[in-house]
Amino acid sequence: MHSIVEYITSYLQSNQTPGAAGNFAWATIYILLVFVGLSIAVICMNWLERKILAHMQVRLGPMRVGPHGLLQPIADALKLLLKEDIIPAEADATVFWIAPFIVVLAAFTVFVVVPFGPTHAITDMNIGILFMLGVSSLAVLGIVTAGWASNSHYPLIGALRSSAQMVSYEVAMGLAVVSAIMMTSANAEGTGTLSMIGIVQAQLEQHEWFLFKYFPLGIVAFAIFAIAMVAETNRAPFDLPEAESELTAGFHTEYSGFRWSLFFLAEYSAMIAVSSIAVTLWMGGWLRPFPNALSGPTWDLVFSLFPGLTFLFLAALCFYSTARMPKHPLFRIQTMGLAGFGVVLALIGLILFWGPARTRIEDIYWFSAKVAGFMYLYIWYRGTFPRYRFDQLMKVGWKVLLPTGLALLILTAIVGMRTEILSMFQEGLR
Amino acid sequence: MNPPVATAFFFYLLAATMIIGGILVITRKNAVHSALALITALLAQAALYLMLYAPFVAGVQIILYAGGIMVLFLFVIMLISIERNMKERQFNKQWLVGIVAAAALGALFVTVYTKTSRGVSLFIEGRMSYGESQNTQMIANLLFDRHAGMYMFAFEIASLLLLVAIIGAVVMAKKRI
Amino acid sequence: MAYCSEKAMNTLLHISTLHYLVLGAALFLLGIIGVLTRRNVVIVLMSIELILNAVNLNLVAFSRYWQSIHGASALHGQVFAIFVITDAAAEAAVGLGILIAFFRNKETVNVDEVNLLKW
Repeated sequence: MHSIVEYITSYLQSNQTPGAAGNFAWATIYILLVFVGLSIAVICMNWLERKILAHMQVRLGPMRVGPHGLLQPIADALKLLLKEDIIPAEADATVFWIAPFIVVLAAFTVFVVVPFGPTHAITDMNIGILFMLGVSSLAVLGIVTAGWASNSHYPLIGALRSSAQMVSYEVAMGLAVVSAIMMTSANAEGTGTLSMIGIVQAQLEQHEWFLFKYFPLGIVAFAIFAIAMVAETNRAPFDLPEAESELTAGFHTEYSGFRWSLFFLAEYSAMIAVSSIAVTLWMGGWLRPFPNALSGPTWDLVFSLFPGLTFLFLAALCFYSTARMPKHPLFRIQTMGLAGFGVVLALIGLILFWGPARTRIEDIYWFSAKVAGFMYLYIWYRGTFPRYRFDQLMKVGWKVLLPTGLALLILTAIVGMRTEILSMFQEGLR
Repeated sequence: MNPPVATAFFFYLLAATMIIGGILVITRKNAVHSALALITALLAQAALYLMLYAPFVAGVQIILYAGGIMVLFLFVIMLISIERNMKERQFNKQWLVGIVAAAALGALFVTVYTKTSRGVSLFIEGRMSYGESQNTQMIANLLFDRHAGMYMFAFEIASLLLLVAIIGAVVMAKKRI
Repeated sequence: MAYCSEKAMNTLLHISTLHYLVLGAALFLLGIIGVLTRRNVVIVLMSIELILNAVNLNLVAFSRYWQSIHGASALHGQVFAIFVITDAAAEAAVGLGILIAFFRNKETVNVDEVNLLKW
């Protein structure tokens, strides 16, 4: 018994990820934390998408279910769980059953290497970014099998189009990622790294987000990845394979109830995963703004107050909305619920002002804030851009992004090795 | 714990997954089922590569094999409607000869492994644990380094081979050349 | 477990290169059986992928063995395995292209109906 407690507490002194320290107990705890956090994030994302999209379209969105529709995602989840499970008549039952799990597996396994902080990752693989790209490409298999197993025209065409699109944009994503990896080797020893934590530490050591490195190469690489990641996750404006007006929901037409919710969960998790890749590679991961330019204990203190301030701001929004609720007896419960939610947020904000919570949360907070920015971009794209036709989509993927990515790769390599190339020229001229 | 149970447990689990996946590949009537079984076997193999301290090969296996080649297989299986094929005979006429040949080969393997491993100890896992932080760099050294690398020519030939394969596949699958 | 000798349990529990080689041999045999007995071309191609994977497993297992003798940078087996994977991708692509071309002509995917040159 004593040895188990010691096993568990011995990790707290180490400064490694649980995978590196070989600690199964803490690795399991981190896995559960990531799983729970991801589920909560998907639920929030559902609500946020409907509200933000609605406000962009000058309407209100869900307002009935809870105060300002806050309980809508829970109601949706309950409905999906209680719906009848329909399998098409001639469909292959085994494959029909397995397909959503493959997609969810691919979307969730990616989070094993996502770095929420310098030691806050489940594990830090040597090949972190390679693993993430590889496992997220396994989702294509799930989509293809889902479309085929439905034994119906629309899902099959939707699945083939969706997987063709995902495979094409994976190439562009890979090229953009490689040019970002090459920037990690611009240090003194000339050694780069593929590990996610190493990439962020390379940005810390080089005093520069890779977004701004070798201007404009960093920005173009980020732009290629940002476009490719939207296409990779089948989101607007690249959502032809699953848009309702085109293919009646594409590859998940025949899926209803719990299986559909698995696809939905996997899609949002994949969105968060590729946003994590973008944040880690180009936007400094868990680093607070200006970790080197504005360093020192006072600036650290100032920036570590941000998590608490954010939650207090959200609580203030809740209280403001409570004040604006209709003063009618039928709205009493909703008003109290909203006020209670505001109080909970304010309490969390106040807890986050306390010293030990501040130091533990700040890396996770900055990472989550950047990923949340990307989620807002996703919703913004959905509300703004018209849909690409499928041939236009493939043309953009192969004829625009791929040559740009290749040119970017070569240019990044040349700029990164400019001193060696110059010395080779000088040697040759001599 | 004195006996290394964790390594053995994971090895046997992954080995069982691979063998069952392999058996399902060669026995299923439905080609999509075979493809899914093969994907499982390939992913288990990637995990075995991780156990062998080869993380880069594991990553390449997941990206290329499971995420690329198997997608290609599934596409082709779906584009070729082979429901008619599922009702036909699955095993050809010389299946017995095939199994006898494989059994002979298996006997050869068993002879080789039992005769040469007596007295010569193929090394035991767990006695040597090289940190995996240098694996990608060392593979890159072998491939690209000017002084220590010896696989640069093979690398270029492999890229040429891929180009030829791309052109060949496109030409073979086109309707009108 | 009085009937299992200590030596047998030791060999079973300490995973050595031999275990990987035996696993590779088993997969190789499964692939060979698949190639020799199945009629469906796609499944024959998938059995070929099984064979190549067995070979890769052997290569990587031996590369680990070499590391114990020649130092940590003797990763020749792993580099060879990467080349084999590249090869397998190229061959799968061309093989499936040939399959599509053949299917367009003969409407069948059975290997033993490819007998136009049989006399």
